[in-house]
Amino acid sequence: MFSEGDVTAIFLTLRLATTVTLILLVLGAPLAWWLARTNSRLKGPIGAFVALPLVLPPTVLGFYLLLTLGPNGPIGQVTQSLGLGTLAFSYSGLVIGSVLYSLPFVVQPLQNSFEAIGDRPLEVAATLGASPIDRYFSIAIPMAKPGFFTAAVLGFAHTVGEFGVVLMIGGNIPGETRVISVQIYDHVEALAYDEANRLALLMIVFSFLVLLSVYGLRKKSQRQILRFGS
Amino acid sequence: MTADSNTINIAIQHRLNNSRAQTFCLDVNLQLPGKGITAIFGESGSGKTTLLRCLAGLEKMLNGEIHVKGLVWQSGLEIKPVHERRVGYVFQESSLFSHLNVEQNIGYGVKRSPVMLSKPNYEKIIELMGLYSLLERFPEKLSGGERQRVAIARALLIEPDILLMDEPLASLDGRRKQEIMPYLESMHEKLDVPIIYVTHSIDEVARLADHLVVLQEGTVMAEGPLGEVLANTDLPIKLGEDTGVVFEATVAERDDDWNLLRAEFLGGELWVRDGGDSLDQSIRIRVLARDVSLALNAHTDTSIINRLRGRIEKIHEDEDRAMLLVRLVVGEVKLLARVSRRSAHQLAIKIGDEVWAQIKGVAILR
Repeated sequence: MFSEGDVTAIFLTLRLATTVTLILLVLGAPLAWWLARTNSRLKGPIGAFVALPLVLPPTVLGFYLLLTLGPNGPIGQVTQSLGLGTLAFSYSGLVIGSVLYSLPFVVQPLQNSFEAIGDRPLEVAATLGASPIDRYFSIAIPMAKPGFFTAAVLGFAHTVGEFGVVLMIGGNIPGETRVISVQIYDHVEALAYDEANRLALLMIVFSFLVLLSVYGLRKKSQRQILRFGS
Repeated sequence: MTADSNTINIAIQHRLNNSRAQTFCLDVNLQLPGKGITAIFGESGSGKTTLLRCLAGLEKMLNGEIHVKGLVWQSGLEIKPVHERRVGYVFQESSLFSHLNVEQNIGYGVKRSPVMLSKPNYEKIIELMGLYSLLERFPEKLSGGERQRVAIARALLIEPDILLMDEPLASLDGRRKQEIMPYLESMHEKLDVPIIYVTHSIDEVARLADHLVVLQEGTVMAEGPLGEVLANTDLPIKLGEDTGVVFEATVAERDDDWNLLRAEFLGGELWVRDGGDSLDQSIRIRVLARDVSLALNAHTDTSIINRLRGRIEKIHEDEDRAMLLVRLVVGEVKLLARVSRRSAHQLAIKIGDEVWAQIKGVAILR
């Protein structure tokens, strides 16, 4: 049904999305936790920075990444001096770009979930002898489960759907940066509408199932949010 | 401030911005007994919860002294963090962890205890709070009263140096309150841990407290053993119909014919309804001011069973302009009587007079 090129693109996309989602969950949770609980003046600016990819055209992000990771950019120069070449037009560069681009989709649901917990469960845990880190792992994370689910699903789906950033920084290299969205683009450019259609339909079905899982389970997670008060 | 190993010393001056954007200042300097139940009584907004939270360390006080039975929890700027204090805290809304079942909830503190806790103690507290049948359940499947019992057990199981309870019955309806009361009373009887109990219900104070602190707008209005404070006619907090005294007496005799008990105290005795208490048992008695009337002579031709001879110690204006509050000394007990100003005038009673107090209603609290 799918050509070898298509299959490569599919597996690459899945690999990229999984990696990016895992990175974002591990790094994004502490960030979301800080944003949820801090009273510092930095909260506004950092929150706005996290939300930037929501409004920026992807090509803007891709462009600046290209500059930064490229041979003349600050990070590019570091990687070159380490003998790693440049991250632009590489899978690793794509991972970095995707992490930045999908950041708000993971951090914001986590932040909401953490905020919904409120102060009380954490105060209780403190009186029972739990240190701040203990409270984060034994209370905050379990109670934010709905948020983790939403964050993972949205982060994954959003990464799968990227195009603009991928094109700018990825370079359309088969097996390395040619993900599904780019593959579809290539098919259309080559007037191979049937192939494009097959991949596109696959994307629609996938996206619909993702949204169904998030919206369908939303009622359950709302009930869970109500439980935080008991 | 002496670090006495059997008292709880609290000196706090704390400025707090409450939700109505007013600054509120808590200013207390207390030496509380290191055992029994100390009630902190006051209206909403008087600072009781803030005081408790400062004690626990949940409010960051910039400057203060908190010494609990010789342990320094705060001294000036040196503050021991909450999770290093062995404090048991029961909140108004039980605040159980929704993602853990009852057994895991009560085990949470136990797992994190820096000292080895005793297994018999674990069993004793589960039994005391009646939790055996509830261990597998999750909080959302428990009634309000059950949740509070779990919350109390959870706090007790860490063998805290002090148990803080913030209006634990406030979120319960009448029936649930009655359900939990016996648990609280038996806790008092069977456990050693000092308890600080915040409430705005004078009923709860009367039933549970040994020591009473009255708080108003962040300052201590009165403090001392329960009987003394309640007999204080100068209390700026008006108790209205709840004005009355509480004291302990011992069951001296049972009259099965008439279903009555004779309760003795130093200076007198009272006949009360037989509630099943046995001989020599200590019971707590409450006599409301509105149930006490005064007579110059002893009257036997009345249905009122109880008559005590006492000396008038103080006469005070009552919040009701037609009435006066009279304090009598009867042996080691003080009584408050609410009489009309007119009667007081007609009887020409004054301080130092010996009169008869006729007591229409006596409540046995436990």
